[in-house]
Amino acid sequence: MALKDFFKNRQLKRAAKLHQKQGSATAGNISELKAKSAIDDALLCSLWTKCQGCNELLYTSELKKNLSVCKKCNFHHRLTAHERIEQLIDYGTFVEINDDVLPSDPLNFTDLKSYKERLKDAQQLSGVSEAIITGIGNINNQLVSIGAMEFQFIGGSMGSVVGERITRLAEYSTEKKLPLIIISSSGGARMHEGILSLMQMAKTASALKRLHEEKLLYISILTEPTFGGVTASFAMLGDLIIAEPEARIGFAGRRVIEETIRQKLPKDFQTAEYLMENGQIDMVIQRQTLKQIVSDLIRLHTQNIKKKRFSNNGSDKTIFEKILARL
Amino acid sequence: MKENKEIIPLDFEKPLIALSKQISELEQKTRTLQNGNKKLVEDLKLQYSKVKSEIYKELSPLDKVKIARHPQRPYTLDYVEKISPVWYELHGDRTGKDDQSIIGGLIEIDGQTVMVIGTQKGRNLKENQKRNFGMPSPEGYRKALRLFHHAEKFNLPIITFIDTPGAYPGLEAEAKNQSQAIALNLRELSGLTVPVISIITGEGGSGGALAIGVANRILMLENSVYSVISPEGCAAILWRTKDKTQEAANALKITAKDLYELGITDEVIPESEGGAHYNPDETSRNILNAIRNHLEELLKLTPEEVKKDRQDKIRNLGVFSTN
Ligand SMILES: [Zn+2]
Repeated sequence: MALKDFFKNRQLKRAAKLHQKQGSATAGNISELKAKSAIDDALLCSLWTKCQGCNELLYTSELKKNLSVCKKCNFHHRLTAHERIEQLIDYGTFVEINDDVLPSDPLNFTDLKSYKERLKDAQQLSGVSEAIITGIGNINNQLVSIGAMEFQFIGGSMGSVVGERITRLAEYSTEKKLPLIIISSSGGARMHEGILSLMQMAKTASALKRLHEEKLLYISILTEPTFGGVTASFAMLGDLIIAEPEARIGFAGRRVIEETIRQKLPKDFQTAEYLMENGQIDMVIQRQTLKQIVSDLIRLHTQNIKKKRFSNNGSDKTIFEKILARL
Repeated sequence: MKENKEIIPLDFEKPLIALSKQISELEQKTRTLQNGNKKLVEDLKLQYSKVKSEIYKELSPLDKVKIARHPQRPYTLDYVEKISPVWYELHGDRTGKDDQSIIGGLIEIDGQTVMVIGTQKGRNLKENQKRNFGMPSPEGYRKALRLFHHAEKFNLPIITFIDTPGAYPGLEAEAKNQSQAIALNLRELSGLTVPVISIITGEGGSGGALAIGVANRILMLENSVYSVISPEGCAAILWRTKDKTQEAANALKITAKDLYELGITDEVIPESEGGAHYNPDETSRNILNAIRNHLEELLKLTPEEVKKDRQDKIRNLGVFSTN
């Protein structure tokens, strides 16, 4: 039990520190974190993790060190939204924005449980207030806007808050002339908000249209799993679309398709590799190289603009200066 | 491509092969013989290089076709690897296929990001199944179109490498509207405001080549060819026999020199002696130099001037008389 407490305390301290750095260590946050750790006990304290790809027992700290990629079978385990940010953003540079946009229950929805209950449970389980966290931070010293989805939060589903936070992030990017990165992991639209969640598809896509018109870079990163209304809106609209190996990505779920067409689907159906072969995404990237490649791609897409012939287009100079000022 | 690999000789190179064999045999013997014979070897070597440069100087259009189609000729990926420190390939047309007979991606030249789009042939049967012998389908042209627009958005100059027998003549290609895919590229390329440089590196196979070849500058490697139809195809249709391929090749005016003289192209890029496959490094350096020169000039223009430069160039194509 001593060992268990050790891990628990260490994790708690780390998380608190992270939040302090981000300037958002409110009482609410701490209690949220505590709640999270209670749920996560089993996970935190297990020295061994069973690989979901090959069933091998892996030393948990080794697995984490390898960014949760199995060294034996290369299975890319799901990450939390905070882990995503930690892996991509330079240490200590992430600032969360719009975390005050919080969910409500507009339809008074109840299935086996009330939506209000579900939200509360999801917050406790995941330690985040909604299915995406958004903010700004540096990737190898290049300032970007970034959003990372949290699958543990009601399957990463998109309701009004996910839609609003993404829209605000895209608007912030457009206003500040920042490259935008969104890491998706979602089952699709959130049924508990009915038609309102469907409309988030239109809202996010529309915000991306304005980003596109300003010729700003949007990199969409698809991770296991990305489906439904998320794929059919902001996730597929990247200037560059990157996926992690073997991530399952699609519109309709495999089972629905199999039941509809009454056929068995091939094993690799809807995998990242399948999507690439079918011309839908640009690249499949190993998690260990993701940060370097994303950073390189940002550099390659912004360096010409910096050098753009200023005399020809006065406004470019101010864009350039704005970018410089932010760095 | 691996270098120092045994080069497969073409028929007109056979005399050279025989001569070079004689020389090396004699050289073996001279190790044990006197100075007189060494002199003989030197003379033979001199003669050899004279014969060699004469043969290569007097190549017929059909000989050039053979060099352009040489199985060891460097392809787009070989050049990309040699002229840029980075290469990020971007895949797919986003709508259903990643046609691997056309490749596209990001490279860097002198700190400038450049979009490369090129046809890609394979080296063996397996590769050629994947690359479809460098013959694109509509999806390939639509991938190219997506990347043209991407380049326009992010102010990336475009370089296209062209080496294709032509657009793929197939059932599915027709069903998916090959013609529209090519036509749309011609229209969209003409409207871009970023510089476009096209390099014919091997076979410039008609509409299938032009679909990624509407450019501010069109450059041709010394032994490349560019034609409305293959010499074989032309002979079969107009002469009604493939035996007249040589005649057709002459009549069509398809060599780099011909196109330069016709005012279609802007530069003939020299290759290593005998063809690019003898020295891909040297040829790549020549390509890089040509790109640098043209890019430098084009980057001095405003985006609108770049577009006008290209449109003026296209507008002036064609020869006719008026009364
Ligand atoms: Zn494993």
